[in-house]
Amino acid sequence: MEHYLSLFVKAVFVENILLAFFLGMCSFLAVSKKVDNSFGLGLAVVFVLTITVPVDWLLNHFLLRDGALAWAGFPDVDLSFLTFISFIAVIAAMVQLVEMTLDKFFPALYSALGIFLPLIAVNCAILGSSLFMVEREYSLGEATVFGFGSGVGFFLAIVSMAAIRYKVRYSNIPEGMRGLGIAMIITGLMAMAFMSFSGISL
Amino acid sequence: MALLSGKNKRALYDPLIDNNPINKQVLGICSALAVTVQIKTALVMTLAVIFVLGFSNLIVSLLRNMIPGKIRIIVELTIIASLVILVDQVLKAFLFDISKQLSVFVGLIITNCIVMGRAEAFALQNKAWPSFLDGIGNGLGYGLILILVSTGRELLGSGSLFGFMVIPQSFYDAGYQNMGLMVLAPGAFILLGLIIWIQRSIFKYVEED
Repeated sequence: MEHYLSLFVKAVFVENILLAFFLGMCSFLAVSKKVDNSFGLGLAVVFVLTITVPVDWLLNHFLLRDGALAWAGFPDVDLSFLTFISFIAVIAAMVQLVEMTLDKFFPALYSALGIFLPLIAVNCAILGSSLFMVEREYSLGEATVFGFGSGVGFFLAIVSMAAIRYKVRYSNIPEGMRGLGIAMIITGLMAMAFMSFSGISL
Repeated sequence: MALLSGKNKRALYDPLIDNNPINKQVLGICSALAVTVQIKTALVMTLAVIFVLGFSNLIVSLLRNMIPGKIRIIVELTIIASLVILVDQVLKAFLFDISKQLSVFVGLIITNCIVMGRAEAFALQNKAWPSFLDGIGNGLGYGLILILVSTGRELLGSGSLFGFMVIPQSFYDAGYQNMGLMVLAPGAFILLGLIIWIQRSIFKYVEED
């Protein structure tokens, strides 16, 4: 249990998917102008990451990795070169599935997430987490915790960024710096702040 | 030079400075920063992106009249993913060390917004040759920023360029120290912010909220 907790804290704070690995920057910069929208996108990312990372783990473990097909009688087959294309397909399918389920059973949440749900399919954070999971050789339990933790990390970063940008609107920024420039500097300062967590170990 | 005249030339040169994909269109920042600790990895990443971008634009543009509108995103993703697999396998075969350093970021070219963005915005409406040039041009524009950021990070962070020490030992003896911040994530964000500031001040481009 402690091991999982430490993995979770590491994924949220120390190795924040956005501030330490730069993944999901595009939607981070595009959507962090309003707190409401960033809240919706953050929630959707947590949701999709928690589901896709374990599913990708199963796919990798039973179909793709070297020798994974031993249960079907093909111990020499290595399909790992198909990793990228099958992960992206799983992500797209999962996003579609989540969208339909939400629409059917949680219409309020569905309308709150709105357009952000389909956009998640091309969010680097999702594919990145799945690939990190393969590279770091997590177990199924670890993969689930890691997926959830990465999602929470993204959520935290994007919501606080939106709050900061909301305040920044009233300040007098040099002309060339407005918009993207100042957003990058703020992100840099946030990344520095998050780095102070790196001493934590549970 | 019928191949590089007028409009085609613009498709190639425009994204380099004026309409740079990272600075102006705000695309593809995701993978841009993670590979910039050293110039070498940034250079390999740039070549990979130029290749994928050029050929995905070319293929999408050739198929543009055959792809049904509703499933075009999936078709585009498949084309891009196949090209990225090709790049990944080549890197693993010939540049294994660098491929290890780039780790997951080669795979992340698939979700790099530049590739998707150019396929959607340019290749679907234009003929094959201009689309190919547009892809190459955008790849070069992306690479330019990557090289700039990585030069700054490697020089300030480790005192070297391409792995060769350029800051003389006497400086270190006199008390000069490498800037540890530049090797870590925040250095990349701040450096890119400053580059954007300089570029936008020169071209007098102001973004309104």
